[in-house]
Amino acid sequence: MKKKFLGVVLSVAMVATLLAGCGKKEEAPADDATATEAPADDAAGDDAETPDDSAASGKLIKVGIINNDPSESGYRTANVNDLQNWFTEEKGYDASFEYSLKNDEQIKFAQKFIQDGVDYLLLSAAGTAGWDSVLKEAQDAGIKVILFDRTIDADESLYEGSIVSDMKAEGQKAVDWLAEQGKDEYNIIHIQGEMGSAAQVGRTEALQEKVDAEDSWNIVAQQTADWDEGKAQQQVEAVINKGDDFNVIYAENDNMAKGAVAALDKAGITHGKDGDVIVIGFDCNKWALESVLAGEWNYDGQCNPFQAELLDDVIKTLEAGEEVDPKVVIMDEKGFDCETITQEDVDTYGI
Amino acid sequence: MSKIFKNQLFIPIAALLLLVLFNLIVDPAFFALSKGVYDGDSILTGNLISIIDNGSELAILAIGMTLVTAASGGQDISVGATMTLAGSVIVKVLRGSETSPVTLHQSIIVAFLVGCLVAILCGAFNGALVAFFKIQPMVATLILFTAGRSIASWVNNNQNIIIKDEKFKYFGYYLPKIPIPTPFIIAIICIIIMALLLKFTTLGLYTQAVGINENSSRLNGINPTLMKFVSFIILGVCVAVAGLIKASRQEGTISYGGFAKYIEMDAILAVALGGNPLGGGKFNMAASIIGAYVIQFLTITLYARGVNPEALPAYKAVVVIILVVISAPTVRDKISSLTKKLRVPKKEVC
Repeated sequence: MKKKFLGVVLSVAMVATLLAGCGKKEEAPADDATATEAPADDAAGDDAETPDDSAASGKLIKVGIINNDPSESGYRTANVNDLQNWFTEEKGYDASFEYSLKNDEQIKFAQKFIQDGVDYLLLSAAGTAGWDSVLKEAQDAGIKVILFDRTIDADESLYEGSIVSDMKAEGQKAVDWLAEQGKDEYNIIHIQGEMGSAAQVGRTEALQEKVDAEDSWNIVAQQTADWDEGKAQQQVEAVINKGDDFNVIYAENDNMAKGAVAALDKAGITHGKDGDVIVIGFDCNKWALESVLAGEWNYDGQCNPFQAELLDDVIKTLEAGEEVDPKVVIMDEKGFDCETITQEDVDTYGI
Repeated sequence: MSKIFKNQLFIPIAALLLLVLFNLIVDPAFFALSKGVYDGDSILTGNLISIIDNGSELAILAIGMTLVTAASGGQDISVGATMTLAGSVIVKVLRGSETSPVTLHQSIIVAFLVGCLVAILCGAFNGALVAFFKIQPMVATLILFTAGRSIASWVNNNQNIIIKDEKFKYFGYYLPKIPIPTPFIIAIICIIIMALLLKFTTLGLYTQAVGINENSSRLNGINPTLMKFVSFIILGVCVAVAGLIKASRQEGTISYGGFAKYIEMDAILAVALGGNPLGGGKFNMAASIIGAYVIQFLTITLYARGVNPEALPAYKAVVVIILVVISAPTVRDKISSLTKKLRVPKKEVC
């Protein structure tokens, strides 16, 4: 009897969760649709009052935006916020957003947007492969595709424009800055991100080329900490305990640089402005820029998440019937060092 | 001789000695302890300190995981996710609505208690699914394994946080005037509490009884459902403590996707290294805890040797496979019977 009851309860619970799951999934887009539809009607009603952005076409431009999930990283959160704040009705857009870290889910979202008949499909792909057929579908339906943040392995004719972050350029900027510091010798602890990720490959490549080219540049230790603060800290502790000399920490993101600094602090090694060790991080988290401002770190390289304005420009060009030229736009990345950074930089570029 | 091999502590201690021996041969300086200065106080530094420091979270989690394994015959794979959630909640309570608070909004003890409550609720959720609904532990905990990190990032609105507070840093770094890292002290306290619980209560006996045979333990008046549930609650507390240490170590900067990633696997490995049957039943708490430090020892050894980063997981995997195979009960039985056979002819010669 007891078992039977349990079984019933269980199955009820399972059905309930199933239903709840379905409900949620269907709800979200439906909500989006109503939320965007209502203002859209409004806008159509009093067209004269809407800003001139949309006046050209007389109606809102319908865009579907597929991005990676904002919980991926601080960078992604900033990227998502930037897009959400830009693609609004005031700017003349009727935008829908979908987020996933999985390629196949993103492809499904793309198919959904194609069926919805969006004018533009903005895409930051989770993976590089598998996009050909769905982009072909979009092209046949007359939907213009613009890539942002990440490139994909597909024919260039399948998309109208691409705005990408050049990770190697970010690394190069940091390496160039480091070379300017005029040290006699650079003994570097190189903490890498998750092996094979675009950011790791690009930022490693820039440093490695310089180390191979210059005799005075040596790598003391090179290890991956998988973007993780704790692992980076343990690795730097191990190098310190080994007694190896080093004067640069080149960490491929802010979290790992922070872990490395914690290890330096524990060992009583000075760092940053006027310190023994130069600390370099990437991504421009707000707290990282504050550390640069405070002189605890020396340099922080940007990975620019503010792509909405450029995307807007591309759409404007296409709306005017022109070709996007050049097709691939590389984001302008900044770098901040402890000598020149200002509070304003922290507020503007911190993510 | 065979008694030594049969002792459960043999494998983790042998593994530890093996690692010590390896480091002694390759580079004796590995064990050098030196004096450092942290915040004006003199502290101890060195690889050994690094091991006992960074292995603390794992050791604390291994305590809870051992009980869960023994009672339920399965493992909790949501530990990393719930630890992120607990850490996230602690940080949220401390920071209020600021991203880099100058002063703490709540005392740390309140924040910890709230984090503890959340972790216990997660444990209770897992425990209820396992104990009352008889769902396989790995399947039951899969729910929080998937959802925990998302909830954690939702708690803090995905924000980038840093809490620069002296007192908050005590838990992950050093207490004033004490040369040993605080995480290790916290781990020792947890171990002592658990040892006392096992010695003076029936927790250990009942847990093992339930793990060995649920029905016969019920016939003997033990409530198996309750014991399983309790084991998950205890793991919840361990998770909260580990979450506090790690959040403090990182000064409140939690990367929701990467915080304590795969630590559940290391915790399960610690239990396995300790020679505890993963199917439940008898357990040896000390063996699990030593197992946890063996894993950390291995990690630091690999870091100190500067192993090629791409190859690091492979090295770890090979060592782990060897250790786990040796610690398998069948292999150990074989070894002990082999040594018996070797000894018998010797006696005849004499």
